[in-house]
Amino acid sequence: MTFVLVLAFDTATPAVTAALHDGERVVAESTTIDARRHGELLAPAVEQVLRESGATLRDVTAIVAGTGPGPYTGLRVGLMTATALALTAGVPAFGVCTLDALAYAAEESGPFLVATDARRKEVFWARYGDPRTRLDGPRVDRPHDLPGELPVIGAGGAMYADVIGADRIRGPLHPSAGALAALAAGRLATLSEEEAAEIARVPEGRVDSVEKARELSVLGPPRPIYLRRPDAQVPGTPKRVTA
Amino acid sequence: MGRDEPIVLGIETSCDETGVGIVRGHTLLANTIASSMDEHARFGGVVPEVASRAHLEAMTPTVESALAGAGLRFSDIDAVAVTAGPGLAGALLVGVAAAKAYALGLGVPLYGVNHLAAHVAVDQLEHGPLPKPAIALLVSGGHSSLLLVPDVAQDVISLGSTVDDAAGEAFDKVARVLGLPFPGGPHIDRAAREGSGSAVAFPRGKYDDGTLDFSFSGLKTAVARWVEAREASGEPVPVADVAASFQEAVVDVLTRKALQACARYDVKDLLIGGGVAANSRLRALAQERCDAAGVRLRVPRPGLCTDNGAMVAALGADLVAAGATPSTLRIPADSSLPITVVHV
Repeated sequence: MTFVLVLAFDTATPAVTAALHDGERVVAESTTIDARRHGELLAPAVEQVLRESGATLRDVTAIVAGTGPGPYTGLRVGLMTATALALTAGVPAFGVCTLDALAYAAEESGPFLVATDARRKEVFWARYGDPRTRLDGPRVDRPHDLPGELPVIGAGGAMYADVIGADRIRGPLHPSAGALAALAAGRLATLSEEEAAEIARVPEGRVDSVEKARELSVLGPPRPIYLRRPDAQVPGTPKRVTA
Repeated sequence: MGRDEPIVLGIETSCDETGVGIVRGHTLLANTIASSMDEHARFGGVVPEVASRAHLEAMTPTVESALAGAGLRFSDIDAVAVTAGPGLAGALLVGVAAAKAYALGLGVPLYGVNHLAAHVAVDQLEHGPLPKPAIALLVSGGHSSLLLVPDVAQDVISLGSTVDDAAGEAFDKVARVLGLPFPGGPHIDRAAREGSGSAVAFPRGKYDDGTLDFSFSGLKTAVARWVEAREASGEPVPVADVAASFQEAVVDVLTRKALQACARYDVKDLLIGGGVAANSRLRALAQERCDAAGVRLRVPRPGLCTDNGAMVAALGADLVAAGATPSTLRIPADSSLPITVVHV
């Protein structure tokens, strides 16, 4: 068996989480909940998990980052860090939908939803058949538009418990890089080197991240899932300064 | 060129340009820029979220292109410098995240630097070491500042700045009023060549107030009023004359206060940087007034005046040379980083 060491992290939610996975288990993990300091906390967290496991970046065989959906400023910190580390280390970088990592850590036997905070009174959500199978999403909607009676995993459910119903709310609240790494390591083990290289290759130009995320259900390129266009209005004629 | 001088990678993402520069000491090796300007043009100004998205897309290809242009490999880089502020928070954060990862990945020191100080430091790539002290006038779409620079790597003092709009912002807004495209600077410069700078006597804010501060908001409104009055009377708007007269008002105040700063602090070297330093009339009038006052003028070529990565690398090289303490991997991006903080 070839040597595997997956470095994974996610910054698409208030959790700044990093982990190392050796193909069989999580060997180190660091998680801090702080919605406003992703840019300050991530690189030290990566340093910390490497130090705790006695590894260096040269030992890492793949880098995986959560692709969201999640608040954009934090989300970009993770994806930029993954891409930049991969470039210096000469290893591939992959993306995994953050909601998939939350689903993977869910202890549900039947179908369920995963929801995270999308701000502006909305949630990012997806529907799962089981912890490894996304059936629908990711999407962004108001909490009362979430479908049906299914249990809801993640902080996007818990923060709107009054709308969704307290009996449907389940943990975990935030994704863990350990789950992200385990999910990615499992998928990588089934791929040939060529297939993995093809996935990691960031396509030229812009792709529709939504379609891409649906198509690549588990492992994709390290590109953000935004789901919303930037807020900007094309201006009309300049405002008059005289009456 | 000393072989033992450090090779520094500089990263700039404070606004809409993804800039990556590489220097060896004060020798420029690469200066690659990816701009999202075209995506902002239809909005009439830089849209922060559009800029941030573009930085993430552009960073890797821009770094690869800079390395290839310099004929270097990543392993040749001795230090990484990055703009830590001031600028657009979300945009800065992409560059800071990239720089931390490059520094961590390469095992080299990181220097988070001040964008404005970098605009001063860049001139050394073209004109050699900066005289100590120098006065610097930095004018761009986001800044209008007068600085006293005893030592760009350690000591920069703010003498004055705009109390409202930045000079470049006024150019953009007046361009819109005149029906000229965004960004307004180059279009007004071009239109003004066909007009007269004395055709309309537009107001010069804070002209005689004794401070080294600027104000361009009143000027912008005065131009809009003048144009609206013309339109209301059914007469055509003389775009070239309005552009030239507006531009004259801006550069008159900028150069007047810059020379006042030189006189007040008895400094014989003036440096002009920032995107507006590409303005041909600003360069000409500054030269004229410096010559009259016996002040030496330094203006980097336009490609080094606008935001770029080489300026960040240049300041990084100064910090390495000065033995400055590297930044930690915990540094934040600070959208309002004060100019007195040269590096974080």
